[in-house]
Order: sequence, then structure tokens, then C-alpha cells
Amino acid sequence: MSRQSVAKAHQKIQELSWEPLYHEPVAQYGTDYTFKKAQKKDPLKQVLRSYFPMQEEKDHRVYGAADGAIRGNMFRQVQERWLEWQKLFLSIIPLPEISAARAMPLLFRNVPNPELHNGQAIQMIDEVRHSTIQQNLKRLYMNNYIDPAGFNNSLRNFQNDYCGSIGRQFAEGFITGDAITAASIYLTIVAETAFTNTLFVAMPAEAAANGDYLLPTVFHSVQSDESRHISNGYATLLMALADEGNHQLLERDLRYAWWNNHRVVDAAIGTFIEYGTKDRRPDRESYAEMWRRWIYDDYYRSYLVPLEKYGLVIPHDLIEESWNQIWNKGYVHEVAQFFATGWLANYWRIDPMTDKDFEWFEGKYPGWYNKYGKWWENYNRLSTPNGHHPIVFEDVDYVYPHRCWTCMVPCLVREDMVMDEVDGQVRTYCHEACRWTDAVAFRPEYEGRSTPNMGKLIGKREWETLYHGWNWADVVQDMGYVRDDGKTLVAQPHLNLDPKKMWTLDHLRRCPPLQSPNVLLNEMSPAERQAFHADYVKQGPAGRPAPKD
Amino acid sequence: MTTTPERSVPKPVFTDAEAGAKEFPDSNARRFNYYTPAKRKQTHYEDVTVEVQPDPRHYLAQGWLYGFADGRGGYPLEWTALKAWGSDRPVPERGPGSGGKGYEWPAHGWHEFRDPNEEWELSFYRYNANVERQVNQNIDSARQQKAFEQWNPNWVRFVESHVGAWMHVNHGLGLYLFANANRRGPTNMHNTAMAVNSMHRIRSAQDLALYNLTLSEEITGFDGGAHLVAWNSDPCWQGVREVAEGLTGIDDWCEAIFAANIVFEPLVGELFRSQLVQQAAPRNGDFVTPTVMGAEEFDYAERDLAYSVALFDLLTKDREFADHNKALMNGWLSNWTPRCIAAARKLQPLWSQPDAKPPRFEDGLDRAKSRFAAILADLGLDIPKELTQ
Ligand SMILES: [Fe+2]
Ligand SMILES: [Fe+2]
Repeated sequence: MSRQSVAKAHQKIQELSWEPLYHEPVAQYGTDYTFKKAQKKDPLKQVLRSYFPMQEEKDHRVYGAADGAIRGNMFRQVQERWLEWQKLFLSIIPLPEISAARAMPLLFRNVPNPELHNGQAIQMIDEVRHSTIQQNLKRLYMNNYIDPAGFNNSLRNFQNDYCGSIGRQFAEGFITGDAITAASIYLTIVAETAFTNTLFVAMPAEAAANGDYLLPTVFHSVQSDESRHISNGYATLLMALADEGNHQLLERDLRYAWWNNHRVVDAAIGTFIEYGTKDRRPDRESYAEMWRRWIYDDYYRSYLVPLEKYGLVIPHDLIEESWNQIWNKGYVHEVAQFFATGWLANYWRIDPMTDKDFEWFEGKYPGWYNKYGKWWENYNRLSTPNGHHPIVFEDVDYVYPHRCWTCMVPCLVREDMVMDEVDGQVRTYCHEACRWTDAVAFRPEYEGRSTPNMGKLIGKREWETLYHGWNWADVVQDMGYVRDDGKTLVAQPHLNLDPKKMWTLDHLRRCPPLQSPNVLLNEMSPAERQAFHADYVKQGPAGRPAPKD
Repeated sequence: MTTTPERSVPKPVFTDAEAGAKEFPDSNARRFNYYTPAKRKQTHYEDVTVEVQPDPRHYLAQGWLYGFADGRGGYPLEWTALKAWGSDRPVPERGPGSGGKGYEWPAHGWHEFRDPNEEWELSFYRYNANVERQVNQNIDSARQQKAFEQWNPNWVRFVESHVGAWMHVNHGLGLYLFANANRRGPTNMHNTAMAVNSMHRIRSAQDLALYNLTLSEEITGFDGGAHLVAWNSDPCWQGVREVAEGLTGIDDWCEAIFAANIVFEPLVGELFRSQLVQQAAPRNGDFVTPTVMGAEEFDYAERDLAYSVALFDLLTKDREFADHNKALMNGWLSNWTPRCIAAARKLQPLWSQPDAKPPRFEDGLDRAKSRFAAILADLGLDIPKELTQ
């Protein structure tokens, strides 16, 4: 930047904002939070004159690396196991990114500090950058990786697949409901500050270990914008804390946002890092170890806890419980096992775990083999079609789970499942915290206080409902997960691309029809439902049926 | 004897996972297959933009998952009164056993919009970084050549107050109209184009502010705060301010973009920039200000107007709702045209402030009006009667 120091330039652009004299800007988004007009310094000293060239320079590096990867035949060394999971990840992530851009205007009218709006506008365009740069990465994978299926129909798939729906919360939560709950607490304070470390720092490291150095290039470039977004959130949070009346809402929103992020992000990224890798060096960090470092130490201990002195009520119990889920209750393993059980409803290939994988898991998570080993051996045995059905229909000691109405990840830690009648429907939840989110937090009244701006959980949240009673071949065809010969499935439970080894619609045609657990649950009598619940919480681990006593 | 322990690093493995290594179903299907391109071939821009924002009318089977307090989620089409073909078809009702049940892509005409500038991150940062470099270089070389010393005192006053005042229009519209609109459009192509437009305006605002800062450092007696006085209390600017604030108060996102880019910019923005500043500056020995203003002029004339025309052109020619849309747009014209002309007229005293006068105000306004009329003719809209008054 020429002569003028950034500080001076930054000072000058503060003269740009003005208070309306004649007409107020439109107020389209409500919040139950209250803010006092207060002059706080725009936390990120960013002037566009230096911002644009800086971003352009970052782009040069990313696109240079992309050219290099293709010239250097990177895909001869890329692990298919890893790239297959990118079909899921990169189908979802451009939406949360662009949703973060869309979330910024929710803050304009509600946070009465024009100096912050500048930073929010820059975040908006950063997020456009992230979304399109990630789409571009996916396009490059589609063009250069051996199996384009699943990349080529990506943005249709993530709209109708149950994993896509789980991931979409990480986007829709930013842009709807109470403006501060959504765009500040859920997006900035929790999703960006806590969880982008695992997304954009831990995951790239794993990609590199699997021969893919392009994903790290793109995602580190994305992550380098994140610190500015985090300071946007921090400034807003401090303003919110200044008003006592907000403390109760902050407590509610941190609980919801923390738990939902844990449920959704740990499910997905945990699975990619633990089950999507071929790097089984015994000293390679596990997801649990990364989580402990990035999320527990760096976010919880270093960022959240110091805010207690400003009156922030921190959900210590839920943070400890998330760790408990990951470390003691096998949350990530249960999710990966479920994704593999339901491989036939997906649009990527999931290969069986091998002895080498088993050994690594046992080393990192002692007791893993006793819980999950047998099931994965069965998965391997049933992976190529040979007169049997896909694993979900075979007797492998696995009970197909009910879904959590709130986070939409199934209720996999069976003992934690909670059942409740909410809005005239019997619903299952993966944990009391998810029940609370639906039945207590997302309501127009909270602990006796009116919260007219709080959002709502909407939509057909149980995916199976839509296909209740359908033949599986029709389900997969309806979703469009079929390859260009009109019958071979996009998804496969192995990595063998020999067409004779691949599953087709014909194999699915012979399977029993799909049944919606929630539809069936609501058809039960109250007594049957109680019995169902009593049995369910005795199931597991690894989806095992309840012991017969 | 000691051995160095082997470093623990992942080992490269030959996997041969390269395109073309094997033949199998889909092995050559290397094209995003979920949308139809606007032209024969899918463009890079379309590939990184189309369908990132889902739509319950086609693929979004489970519907939106989180809603506002009124239960509406996502991007309701009703956020504008304009309609594209198919808008009135209901969102398919899904329930037990319904299946995905979407309409065939695109399901409605909104998805046919493409930004003619094909903006995505690569093009966007390239363009704006270039503009910033050029603006900087121009100002730097002017400073080195002591170009500002040739300015006469009246011109210094003009630049500090009136060129300066314009930064506030850019900033206010950039944030509260254009950035705001990026949450409102029904497709990713709309919202991305509006986000880009927003950054053009915010960048131009900052360009003017930092230019103003340089001038305060270079010209003795240059009042770096005069732009605030002009914007806050100079009667010449209060018409512009009133309209600009009015624009940020519009609820309907299409009306906001229409009023700003189809009405306000030709009648007020270009009038001020092209017919006044760009004409008067060289006559008063100023060859620098036009390069700063010129960047913004180019943003609008070559890019932001282009996407806006593409956006509204689809709607005035829509196969189902052309008349409905034209009637609404004509209504917007009859509201915003007189307000913008009134604001333009309040600027008139500025024309007599420089020592060397620009072409007459009335001639400039006539040119602005005919530019405006030509845009409306392209869109097939009526020339509002207020234009001839
Ligand atoms: Fe981002
Ligand atoms: Fe849950």
C-alpha cells in the first residue's frame, strides 16, 4: 500500500458511514437480542485497496498449484478411499460457504455499529470466494480423477441425500431464525471459531497424507480468511454481552450451536479423517486427538472460558459431553459404520477396512476391534455382489437406527436416544440436547420469556419418510445416483471399478422395500412405543441388538 | 553406533487413480449433469455457480430445514413481486412415500438468469485488484509530478466537498442495498452478481475516501472533512441523500436493484460522474480525479448495468409473466423516476462552482435522460411521463 499507512487509511474509511436522515434502511430480519449503540472499533483493519491484491496473490498460488498438480500427475498418487469421501464433502461445503455470505446482511440492522458492517461486507465476499474456489476444486477432481461419478451430479445429490441434509444444517442455520442466533452465534462464534479448525486445518493434513496436496492448498487459502471472520464475531459477541438482557439468550444459543456443530461436523469430518484415510502410521494423530487440541484446548479453554468474566454462561457440560461422545461412546465410529451400512443410498464409494486399518484403530481407540471389527469383516465379505443383498439387509448383528429429528444424524449411541411427542408427532432424538433444541430452544417462548424471532425446525426431516414403502431400485433411480449405463450404481461398497463387480439396480430390485422408522413409530400404540424405546436404549454398541434376557 | 530414527511421514503410493486409467460406467462422464447451460457449452462460471443454492421446486427433496419464526426457510420467491415462469406452481408436497417429486430442472424461469460478466472469485479478484493497482498508480504518479499544484482554489473546494460527497452514496448503497440483496435472490447466480455489485460500490467508496486522504496530505488547505459537511447539510446533496436512503428502504429486492441500477444510476450517478466531474475536471487542470471516478463509471456501465439488464430483460420477456412484470416495473418507474430527477435537479448549483464550467446542466441532464430512455427501450418498458416534464 502506498505511503498511507493501513492504520491511517483505515481511520479514513470510518468517515464513510452515516446515519440516515430521511429514511431508515429496510429491516427484514428480527432478533430478540438488544444492542446499545456503541462505537466499537472495526476489529479487522482491512482496506480494500490492499485486500484485493492480497486475495489475488493468494489465488495465484492456488491456481498455480492446481496447474502443477495436473502437470505432475497428482492423481496417480491419490488414494481413492480419500477422494471418494470428497464427493460427499465437496457436494456440501460450497453451500455453507455461500450461506455465510448471505448471512451477513442479517446483522446490518441488528448490530447498530456501522464500523462492523465493513468487516461483514468483506466477509461476505470472502465467502463467495470460498464457495466458488471449492466448486472449482471439485470440478478439477471430476475432470482428473479416475471416477467422476458422484462429482458429476454433485449439486443434485446433496439436495436429496440424507447426508446432504445433515450437512445443510451447517448452512441453513446461518441464514434463518433470530438474526443474532444464526449469523453471529451459530455461524461465527461456534462454526467458524471452533469448527473451521478441524474442517480447514486438520482435514487438509489428512488429504496430503493421501496424496492430495490440492485440497490443502485450497483450504489453507480459505482458512487464511477465517481469522478476520472470527474477529467480526468476537466484536459482536462483546457488544451482546454488554446488555444483561442478552445473557439468557446467549446461553441458549451457545448450547444449541455447540451441540449441533458437534453432532454434524464431528460426524462428517470425524468420518473423513478416521475412515477416509490410508495413512495408518501409528503416530498419526487421530480425530479424537485433533479434537482435543483444536477444539477443546484452543477453542474451549483459550477462547470461551476467558469470556466467562464478561458474564457468558458456557455450556461446560455439553463440551465435556461431546468429548465423552467422541472418546468413550465411539460417536465417529458409529457414524462411519452407519454411512457404510447405508452405502446404497449414497453417491460415493466406501471401501472395507483392512487388517492394517483395524490395527491402527485398536492402537488409537483401545477396544475398537471388539466393538466394530466383526461388522467391518462382514462389510468386506458382503462388498461384491455374490447372490446376497447389501449389508443393510443381511444379518450382521446391526439394527437399523432411527433418526434424530433435530440433527438428523441417526440415534447411534443407542443408550442416549430420547423419544418425545412434539408438535403432534412422536420423534426420536439422538440425545437429550437435541430434544431440548427442538422442544425448548426453537420456540417462540423460552423459559417464560417471549422469543418471537426465534427460528423453527421445518422440512421433512426424516429422509426415509419420503421413500416409505418404495423398492430400493426405485429410490436410487429417483435420486439419480445411477451411472451412464442406466443401471450401475454410483455408490459401491468397494473400490473395484470392474463393471462385473459393481452393484446395479437389478441387485437392489430384489431387496425388501424401504421402511421409514418414524412412520412406523407413529403407527404404534403407546405401549408398543414404550417397548420399542426400552429395547432401543439397550442396543449397541456398533448397532448390536439389545441382549435377550 | 547410533542410527537416526526414521522420520514419520506419509509415503507416496502409486495408485493410478488418474482419469482414463480404466473404462467403466461413467468413466467419461466428466460434466456437471444437473443443469442445462444457457448456451451450447457449460461455462466455467456456470460450473462454479449454478445450483449451489438449492431449490425445493426441483431437487431439494426434504425441503428447507430451518426457517424464520413464520416458518419460511431458504429463499422465498415472494421476496420480490416479479415472477418468472413457473413461479406460481406450488412447491411439491412431500410426505410418506411421496419420493423426491421435484419438477424437472430448472422448474422455473429464475434459474435461467446468468451474469453476463460471469463473475466468480477468480474473475472478481483479478478485476478489482487491477482497478486498485491502476487507481493507485495514477494517484502516485500525479503526486510525483506535482499535478495537484495546478488546481485552482475553486476546483480544490469542488473536489473536497462534492467529489467527496459521492463516496457516501457508494458506501450506503453498497452495504444496505446491494450487500443486503445478496440474501434475497432466488438463485446463486442472482445473489453472487449482487454481492459483486456491492463490492464495486464499497470499493469505489473507499477509493474516493483514500483519494481524499491523499489530497489532504498533498494540497495545503485541502479540507478532508468537507465531504461530511456537504453530505450532511449542503442543500445540493440532500435530494441525492434522500433518494439514496429511500433506495435502502426498499423491501422488494428486484425493486431495489431496478430502482438503483436502472433508474438512479443513469439519472443521478452518471449525470454527476460523466456529465459533471468527468467534464469539468480536465478543464480545471485535473487529470487525476477522472481516473478515480472512471473506475467506478466502468464498473457501472460495463458490468453492473449489464447484469441488471440481463436480469430484468428475462423478466420483461418472460413467457408467462411478461405483462405482470412490465406493469410492476412501470409502477416502479413512475415512483422512482420523478424522485431521481428531483434529486438530479437539486445538484444543479454544482455546475456553476468550478471556474472553468462544464457543459450546461440541462444538456447533461438531457444526455442522462436519453441514456435512461435507451435502457428502458431495451427492456421494452414505457418511458415515464415524468421524464419529459
Ligand atoms: Fe468461509
Ligand atoms: Fe441429534
